[in-house]
Parts: sequence; structure tokens; C-alpha cells
Amino acid sequence: MADVVPSDPSTLEPPPALLEAIGLTKRFGALVANDHVSLAIRAGETHALLGENGAGKSTLVKMMCGLLQADSGELRFEGAPVSFPDPAASRARGIGVVFQHFALFDALTVVENVALGLPRHEGLAALAARIEACVHRYGLQVEPYRRVGELSVGERQRVEIVRCLLGDPRVLILDEPTSVLTPDESESLFRTVDLLTAEGRAVLFISHKLDEVRRLCQRATVLRGGKFIAEVDPRRESAASLARLMVGAEVPRTPRIVTHELGEPRLLVKNLNLKGDGSRGSALIDINLEIRAGEIIGIAGVAGNGQTALFEALSGERLGGDAEAIVIDRTPAGALGPTERRALRAGFVPEERLGHAAAPDMRLSDNVLLTTHGDGRNVRHGVISHSVLHAMFGEIVKRFDVRFGGRDPKARRLSGGNLQKFVIGREVLREPVLLIVDQPTWGVDAAAASFIRTTLRAKAAEGCAVLVISQDLDELLEFTDRIAVMCEGRLTAPVPVEETSREAIGLAMGGAETASAQGDADAA
Amino acid sequence: MPLKLERQENVPLAGLIAAPFVALAVTLVVGAVMFLAMGQDPVEAFRIYFIDPLGDPYTLQELVVKSCPLLLIGVGLAFCYRANRWNIGAEGQYVVGAVFGSWLALATHGTEAGPWVLPAMLVLGAVGGAAYGLIPAFLRVRFGASEILTSLMLVYVAQLGLDYLVRGPWRDPAGFNFPQSVTFDAVATVPLLFEEGRMHAGIVIALVVVVVATFVLGRTLVGFSIELGGSAPRAAAFAGFDERRVTYGVFAVSGGLAGLAGIIEVAGPIGNLQPSISPGYGFTAIIAAMLGRLHPVGILVSSFILALTYIGGEAAQISLRMPFDVTRVFQGTLLIAILAADVLVRYRIRRVEGVRHA
Repeated sequence: MADVVPSDPSTLEPPPALLEAIGLTKRFGALVANDHVSLAIRAGETHALLGENGAGKSTLVKMMCGLLQADSGELRFEGAPVSFPDPAASRARGIGVVFQHFALFDALTVVENVALGLPRHEGLAALAARIEACVHRYGLQVEPYRRVGELSVGERQRVEIVRCLLGDPRVLILDEPTSVLTPDESESLFRTVDLLTAEGRAVLFISHKLDEVRRLCQRATVLRGGKFIAEVDPRRESAASLARLMVGAEVPRTPRIVTHELGEPRLLVKNLNLKGDGSRGSALIDINLEIRAGEIIGIAGVAGNGQTALFEALSGERLGGDAEAIVIDRTPAGALGPTERRALRAGFVPEERLGHAAAPDMRLSDNVLLTTHGDGRNVRHGVISHSVLHAMFGEIVKRFDVRFGGRDPKARRLSGGNLQKFVIGREVLREPVLLIVDQPTWGVDAAAASFIRTTLRAKAAEGCAVLVISQDLDELLEFTDRIAVMCEGRLTAPVPVEETSREAIGLAMGGAETASAQGDADAA
Repeated sequence: MPLKLERQENVPLAGLIAAPFVALAVTLVVGAVMFLAMGQDPVEAFRIYFIDPLGDPYTLQELVVKSCPLLLIGVGLAFCYRANRWNIGAEGQYVVGAVFGSWLALATHGTEAGPWVLPAMLVLGAVGGAAYGLIPAFLRVRFGASEILTSLMLVYVAQLGLDYLVRGPWRDPAGFNFPQSVTFDAVATVPLLFEEGRMHAGIVIALVVVVVATFVLGRTLVGFSIELGGSAPRAAAFAGFDERRVTYGVFAVSGGLAGLAGIIEVAGPIGNLQPSISPGYGFTAIIAAMLGRLHPVGILVSSFILALTYIGGEAAQISLRMPFDVTRVFQGTLLIAILAADVLVRYRIRRVEGVRHA
């Protein structure tokens, strides 16, 4: 593997730490989220922060950027003690953060969103020019005048990065940046990161993808259970040894069970067309797909190529196709709403956990109702049975190991991985015959991701048909049976995983097939 | 020095509960300053305003009578506001409900119509209010028009429509040209609960509405879909709840209850249709809904408090020669104080770091 690191700092005198956390401790009630955690980021390095969900990564990052205040311990910037009472103070010192959940307004354009974050007033045109310059310099693809609502997750992330870079940060913190990117996009992000570190900036890279960390980062700090475990040179570790440090045990790979017989078609999509509604989401063009009981089909593709539209068309949130275009378990479902499709024993897990899969400000137990109210268990004659609801809630929490503080917190309070386990568990316990999952492990730690994949695999083995939409190609290659690729609203025919390769899929993701199809159309 | 609001991660429950009490306290302080500025002894004024009415059996009854429309309208508004739909036009829906119900009272006036008249009037009133409430709902669903503006503007349409009716076609021919309808027949009048006093059967209806609304909002799927639609619209769509249906539903309930309040008031304490059938109940009920935390039982309490500002205002007019506008000032101060208290509980104010200007 080519070494993408411009210089190896271990052969040089170590530069002084740009940003240093020394013995930071943070308690939330009885929970010690960070227990004397230390971390030093040096200028010009890419430093990885590794750890499971609940390991304390987010808490540490929030303390380093002024969102939280440490109970004890100190922060140093270039050797001098500093305190960040609020995010503005850390920004003033040159610390920029790109969070997993973006803070962008859908209705505004890129440049308007960026302008909102800036203290000074400058003309939008001047700002757009600055964005263009930044985009050009660091190889980030962002169009200043596009409306954020139209952008894919990957594009939104680039907007956030540009917004940070305009503040000329000395330390850039990236929270799970590659979880929404294609291999190509990740590569270009890595090039951006290399350019940044070559300029003497430091990057703190939070990721669960151990291969990436090993390629990109010169040092890695590992947290587990709120404690500092080790600081290692990831290039000298194996993915397995890093994973051991993170979880304290071996992470099992998802067992591939392809021996079972495939059953009848559970989902049949025939010539599904959907017009783009202009404000957001691409159109769907002639989608055809068949999923049979017992198999897992993966849909790969770069964010923003119609995956969200496809998910919403399948879940019934977006109607407009032919009634016959979508058949769930032999029943034409194209004109049915989400509740009626769930009654056909279909289950759906959307990409966005907060605000789509779950109501952030409602309690978890109430969030159980979202997808189960039509199942005839917790609602009788329109009246909610809170005792049944709580029993179902308890079962999800127990069987899917959902961890949180308190008895029944608001969904907002859960970490990403735990909320995802809850959302997946909510669907799985409905005993669906068809399960459609968009980005099952986005921003979820290795152990939880492995658990989720194993769960989906087990459902397929029980005869459920599973459709997984994911931008994580490795994940799809690891645990699906067949893979189709989505590009510009079209879907390729699914190909068995054994008969395809990263390269072939990568090519299709880039539109190789669509391009040739268009060529044919032009010729005709 | 620029300030900014930052959303708090964990909103303390105690703060949410305390907010309305703090708001009441602030209102009293502002009131005291106002009384001082008007050359009144604040202690004396407060006694007349807020204490004396509570000690007198007649005014206590009046308090209940005045809180009845506030309660009905306020509970309806809670449906809207929970769904994040801002119906500001309850006053208009109240008027249209009164007009619809009164039509039957006038149509059957002087006939031998039986006791079915009053129930039919109440139904008509509710239907009229609901239909009027559905207009801003339709404009929002169909055209994306702000329901805040459309519902508010429709208030004036309704009031002027009522004005036309009682000065024109519905005017009592034997009424010496006063702009009012004939006095309703006994079968078209809301009966009194007791021989003595002014407590009428509408109060029982309002209490039943509180019980039903508490159940619907707290225990049923409909209540859940309203709450979810207001809290996370995309999650509500994912859960299979149609946003348009929720919008129509909450406006129908809200308008219906306002209309019911209107016809009860006209067929009860007032007794005929006049140009001024409401001292701003539809607007004051907004304050009652917010002060009552959008919970029917809370609104039951807050309706009494706001009714007290009306009663106290009347007493102050008589014994202190203060204008009725003082009541409005109290109510307005209270609303601002509640909204501010809510913001301060949910957000914290931070000073923005001084920005260097180039």
C-alpha cells in the first residue's frame, strides 16, 4: 500500500503539541463519561481517535471545542493552559469541528448557510468567491449557490468542512467523516486531509474504519469505557489489534450464511418511475428489483443519486408511482401509505435517525409507537396501551442492548449507535417479511455495526427479505448476497457478490453503465 | 454587546413547571409599577383586582361563567399548538359559531319548536366554528399560506359579518333600532344550573370537554399523531400520519370548540345576538392555552386566572375609575412573560465574543 503520509514524524523531533488534553474528567450524574483522558495533537499530524460508542469520544471532542466543560483536568494550546467557555472561544483559537450531524438549513443555499456561521457581514458574492477558492485549493466539490436541501449527505459534509476551513482552523476535528462517503469520495477527503496537514494544520480523525485509520493517521488514541487505553502508531498495528484495543475482545466478522434456500419474492419493483420534486431528492428512473425471501440485497451508490427517493418510494412516504410498480408479498402496494405497507409486514429503517426514524424530543417508549401503532398490539380502538408499549420498549432495549442513562430518555439523548440499535430492534421485533434499511451502520461503532449486520443476516436466514442501502461498500461486500448500484436515479441489475469486485462496483457508482445507456439512447 | 440564544441540551423539568409561576410573578411586578405610575396604591389596587373578587359569592360565580369560553377555546387551541399549527383566529371562529347557532334560534323564534332547538344550535355552532377554522387549514395545506396570518385576518371578516347581520337582516324589529336580535326563546337558551345566579349548563359541557380532551391528547393514537406531527414532522410522515389530515383535524377541533363557546355564550349569559359578544375571549384563550402548558387541566386553572383579570378589571373600573385597557395590559404582559420564561428555560443567553472589525 502506498504511503500517503507526506513525512514520517517519528523520524523527526516531535513538534510541540498544538492542542493537548491532560487528565480530562467529565461526569454525567453517576456516569463517568471521561475518566482522566489525555490526548495530544501535534501540528502537521493526522491523529485518530478510536473507541466504541459510549467510549467517551464525543464527550472528549465536546470538551475540546467548548460545548462541554470538564469537571477536572486541563486543556493546553501550544503549551499554554486555555479554557473554552463556549464554542466561539475554541473557534477563536483555531479549532474547527465537523460533526456527524450537520447544522445546515435545508431551505438556504450553501453560501447562505456559510454566511450564517460567520460573525462578520460580507457580501454573498464575495463569500461565494472565497468558498470557490477554498473548494479549489482543497479539492472539495461544493457549488456555492445550490440549496442545501438538494444536497446529498456527502455533499453536506463537504459544506461543513468548507465552512470550517473558511475560519482558517489550526486544528480540524472530523467526526466520523467517511461513514457517508464512497471509496472515491473518501480518497479525495484523504487528499484534502493530507493537504491540510502539509500546511501544518492538525487533524483529529474520528473513525471506526480501522483500515482508513491505519492508512491515514500517524498516531491514534484509543478510548474504552471513558478511559484512555493506549496511544499507538496505527501504521504498525493490524486492524485486528486496533479492534482489540477498542473493544477489549475480538470483533467477530459477520458470518456469511448463503446455504439456505431462497423463497418467494417479497418485494417486486417493476418500472418504478418518480419525478424529482425539485426541492429535494433525485428522480427515480425505471427501477426494477426483485428480492426473495432469505436474501440480502445491497444497493451501493454515491450519496444523492436517488437512494433517499427510492427509500421513501418503498416506505410509502412518497407516492406517485404506479400501484403495480411496487408489490410487497404479492400485494400491489404502490398506492399504499407507510402504515398500510407495514400491515403487509414490511419494515423500514431510514437513514436519518433523529427526526426521521425517531422523534428527537419524544421519549424512547413513545418512539416505539412510530412504526408499531398499526400492528394491533399497543393500540386498541385508537387507545394506546402504555403497559404493552412499555413491555415492547423493554424488550427492544434488552434484546438489542440499547444503552442510555435514565429510565426512558428522549431519543435525542442517545448516542448514534444505541439509537440505531433501538431503531433496528423496533423493526426486527415486528417480525417483518421484508426489511428495508438505509445506511444501517452510519456512524455506528464497530461492535454495534457487527451486531446490526449479524441481526440482519439472521433475519434473512429466517426467511425475511432484506434490502440494504449503503454508501459503505465494504459493508455491502461483507454481508449482502447481491449488490446493485444506484447512479443518477437508475439502478443496475443486482450481481452476486462473488461475481463482482470493488472496482466493478466503483465504476458503476461513477456512472459507467448509465453513461453507456445514455450513449445508446443518443444513438437511437 | 451582542447576545445570542443557545439551545439547552437538557431542559430541566422543574424549569418548565416553574415558568408559568415566574411569569405570573413578573406580571404582578409590572402591574405594580403600572399602578404606581397611575398614582394608585399598588397594594390597594391588587386587593380590588385579584383578592376581593375571590371573597364574593356573586363574583365567584361570574368568574366561572367568564372562564367557560376561555376554557373551551383554550382546550381547542391546545390541539392546534401541540401540532405546531398556530391558530390565532379563535375569536373569529367563536363569532361564526355564535352566528350559525343563532340562525336556528331566530328561525324557530316564536314557533312551537320543542326542546331539540338548543342541542341543534350547539351542534350548528360547533360546525360553523369548525368550518371557519378549516379555511386557514385549507389555505395552508393547498397553498402553503401562513395560518397565523390567514386565521387572524378572518377574525375581522367574521366580526364585520356579525355586525352586518345584527344591524341589518337579523335586527329585532321591536328593538328601537338597537343593533341586536330578538331575545332567544326559552328552548333556545342554555339553562341555568341553579335557580339563583348565572352558572349555566355550558360549564358542564366545558368540563366534559376537558376530560375528553385530556384522554384524547394523552391516551389515544390521534393525540400521539398530533404531538408527533408538531414535534418531528418527517418522523410523523414516516410513521404514516398524514400531515394534511392532522392540520385539518386540529383546526376543525379548535374551530369547533371556539364555535361551541360562541353559541353557548350567546344562548347563555348574553341571551341574544349583538355586535359585541366577546371581550376578546378568542385572543385571551391563547394566553390561557400557553399558561396552561397546552394541557387541558392546566388550561382549566389558567382560564380561572384570566377570568380573574376580566372580573378584577371590571371592579377596578368601578372603584378605581381605571380604564378597561388595564385588563388588556395585564393579559398582554402575562403572555409576553410566559413566552419569555419559556425561552429562558429552554435556551440560555450567552454573550458573543467581541468581534474584531477590520
